[in-house]
Amino acid sequence: MNDTTAIRLIGQPLRRHEDFKFLAGKGRYVDDIRLPGMLHMAVLRSPHAHANIRNVDLSAAEIAPGVRLVLSGKALAGKIGPIVPNWVIPGSKVPFRPVVATDCVRFVGECVALVVAETLAEAYDAVGRIEVEYDVLPAVTDEEVAIREGAPQLHDNVPSNITTIYKVRGGDYQNAAREADHVIGLRVVNNRLIPTCMETRAIVASPEPDGTLTVYIGSQVPHMHRRWIAETVGIPEHQLRVVAPDIGGGFGAKMHLYPEDLLCPYLARELGAPVKWWESRSESHQSTSHGRAHTENIEVAFRNDGKILGLKVETLGNVGAYLSNMASGGPTVNTVNFGTGTYKIDNYEAISRVVVTNTVPVDAYRGYGRPEGAYIAERAIDAVARHLKLDQVEVRRKNFVQSAEFPYRPYGSTGVMYDSGNYQGLLDKALAAFDYEGRRSECQALRGSGIYRGIGVAAYTHMCGMAPSRRLAVSGFDRGGWESARVSIDSSGRATIYSGSMSQGQGHITSLSQIAADVLQIPIEDIDIVQGDTRQVQAGHGTFNSRSMAVGGSSVHVSSQRIVAKAKKIAAGMLEVDEKDVSYSAGAFSVPGTDIASVTFPKVARMAYVGHKLPDGVAPGLDETVFYDPTGMGSPSGVHLAYVEVDPETGIVDILDYVAVDDVGTLINPRLAAGQIHGGVVQGIAQALYEEVSYDSDNGQLLTGSLLDYAVPRAEHVPNIRSLFQQTPSPTNPIGVKGIGESGSIAAPPCMVHAVLDALSPFGIKHLDMPLTPPRVWAAVQHARMGAAQ
Amino acid sequence: MPEPDDGHVVTLEINGTRKTVTVEARKLLVHLIREDLGLTGTHVGCDTSQCGACTVEIDGLAIKSCTVLAVMADGASITTIEGLTDTGAELSPVQAAFHEHHALQCGFCTPGMVMSVRQLLKDQPHPSEHDIRHGLAGNICRCTGYHNIVRAVESLASKGDQP
Repeated sequence: MNDTTAIRLIGQPLRRHEDFKFLAGKGRYVDDIRLPGMLHMAVLRSPHAHANIRNVDLSAAEIAPGVRLVLSGKALAGKIGPIVPNWVIPGSKVPFRPVVATDCVRFVGECVALVVAETLAEAYDAVGRIEVEYDVLPAVTDEEVAIREGAPQLHDNVPSNITTIYKVRGGDYQNAAREADHVIGLRVVNNRLIPTCMETRAIVASPEPDGTLTVYIGSQVPHMHRRWIAETVGIPEHQLRVVAPDIGGGFGAKMHLYPEDLLCPYLARELGAPVKWWESRSESHQSTSHGRAHTENIEVAFRNDGKILGLKVETLGNVGAYLSNMASGGPTVNTVNFGTGTYKIDNYEAISRVVVTNTVPVDAYRGYGRPEGAYIAERAIDAVARHLKLDQVEVRRKNFVQSAEFPYRPYGSTGVMYDSGNYQGLLDKALAAFDYEGRRSECQALRGSGIYRGIGVAAYTHMCGMAPSRRLAVSGFDRGGWESARVSIDSSGRATIYSGSMSQGQGHITSLSQIAADVLQIPIEDIDIVQGDTRQVQAGHGTFNSRSMAVGGSSVHVSSQRIVAKAKKIAAGMLEVDEKDVSYSAGAFSVPGTDIASVTFPKVARMAYVGHKLPDGVAPGLDETVFYDPTGMGSPSGVHLAYVEVDPETGIVDILDYVAVDDVGTLINPRLAAGQIHGGVVQGIAQALYEEVSYDSDNGQLLTGSLLDYAVPRAEHVPNIRSLFQQTPSPTNPIGVKGIGESGSIAAPPCMVHAVLDALSPFGIKHLDMPLTPPRVWAAVQHARMGAAQ
Repeated sequence: MPEPDDGHVVTLEINGTRKTVTVEARKLLVHLIREDLGLTGTHVGCDTSQCGACTVEIDGLAIKSCTVLAVMADGASITTIEGLTDTGAELSPVQAAFHEHHALQCGFCTPGMVMSVRQLLKDQPHPSEHDIRHGLAGNICRCTGYHNIVRAVESLASKGDQP
């Protein structure tokens, strides 16, 4: 019999179950953990971007009060490390990266020595007593400079500072360029960012009486961290327990392997005591991975009517001093594979070079490569509209992939497939909500009175939840694409769900419960979600790449289905009927069309555990574990519109309106989904208008070394976000859901830049690089005015 | 380099309870709250007094507790986030509004944000959206984009509830 779902919680804007502890100040983050006898580690970091280490004198630190151990890199060499990346594009040259520098430092902030002391203050004091002699070497921070002849070389095995060259090709770009009416080029910079989780990184490693080691770490990927720490420190993986408690934001920065993640476990075992490290904010700016940091040279070939015939891209991805965890994959697979965006561009040619420089390693940050890829496609199509003086909306409409073309492989790609979408629908919905025509007229009318308003448009699509596992080896990704979920029903019929996903604020406790409740048909209050403890959760890949609902949620869905299937067998035995006659509805098993009394889910659960009357071949218990490996990846998409006013006398950009229409397939919880859009859009606005990591190109000093210098926006700097949705279910998973977390940070940067350029079009300004800070906008206006006056 | 001192006795009232602790002269109030008193709901999100995650009420005024030396709090009455729900069950109006409007995600900035919102509503019981956004200039949230925090505060403004 078909089962019917009486309660339908998917799609309901439920309030979050997890809120209360956070609101009451009872969240438990790593720095809140205090263990008896716990020692504190502090790290001495390099003040130089590039230098040989001549000598490290630890003697004064060793006799400082409270100090238990002082070590330089040499003492650790051969004992732990090296740190190796987890995603290595085939053919990449991987630089050697010690946990603590031994002979050479390659960025400001690199670990040089460490102190373990009884208090954090004592550890900091002792770090100040370590004397290091350096021979300073020339440094290079810019990716374009780093690949020039004669540039400082970082690693002997990385000639020209290029670790990886990756090429994508479809159709015939050269031919398209010949046939085109126009070919224009543009160079765009994707500014380097600091992810800025409000909770900095922290770690506590604690030896247990049974010889195992527990590591508390704010990790998006607890099981991955268990594997990496085990392999790099030399601890049998099964003797290592990784616990990720509450996490104060991740955004990609908390899914890599950092030196401190290895030092604390090593030191805890050496000293036989818990060792804690906490990262100060200023330390974070020079030790936690940065994001973006690309330069792209783009060429676009198009007809007079705005139809794009071909696109050519040359990407330089600055990855800092070493190849961090996923660093070779970001500027390559994740960026240039998506360079054609939502547009049908059959002739595409891209080359990406991954470049090392004397800067903090660059790795995943909210979208990782997809914001950069979308920026390529969007800046190109906006330049086409500007060049032809065509409406920016109509040019997009003309080039969109059409709904009937899904599943769609751009430029004949074998690696990229957009599973579903309706871009015209997104655009229409966005234009209507925004009142595009009205605002377009308003812009024109106001320009006469010296008010410069502009409208920005951006469309995007990408792929979420890297999968299936068997396809990931091709790109050198040393992980699977699956996620696991265990649904364990207790003898009262309540559920505990162990999920390999890991919330850093997304609200998985609520959203995964909604998914399970619909299948299990039990009250949502009777469902508990457990994440982030490798001793409790069987296995997992964690949360990144907007994968938690599509892959993690699907695994919860499928394992819940298996629970119901088994429960139905047990119910059939209890009802003494054939299993195929049993229907499950509103939390009760019954035989429709008969007067046989139904049996509730809790009663079946009790029977599963007492085992008194189980059908032949049915084992006791009601507990199912699934490793769900998707058949493909879902493709969220969206169209965002921004309305801005630019003051040419100050360069200040005022955001008057922002409309986001996103298609993330089936919405699990619209309230939480909108929250993801709000946060992502504001991070994207931050990239477009405010944030940029600055290095002194002469000596490699980090100029944005604290939150005093790095402009994370406050409430007054950002607008209300009008978040709307369209739901085109993904055919790649049983829920129809697509990823959402990265949508806002992908769409907002080009949308904002286009709005400002539109406002500045009367000045003839065609291009500006992010961030569009008041000085940069003001200078562009002044420059344009001077040019016009001459 | 100065050697650590022997310590200074600080007596203060925290969430209605009188406490006496001995601290180094250089210790910040936030570290006294977190380490000596074990109240870890007050967070440290930066080291330049930018983020506001450590905001508490000192003698009825919201203050970033990283800007105050512990010894300066001698004799003060301090309320932390834990003090708003000491009965455990009921959320205060600001906390309830944050829950209602999904004004928190990772929760790390939330305690400081709640303390600042209480101050904002004390100063301006009926703030405009502009007032709210400017009134929260001392607190950084990286998750919510502030949108729902503003909605939560607006809901309190229109109700005219006491924070």
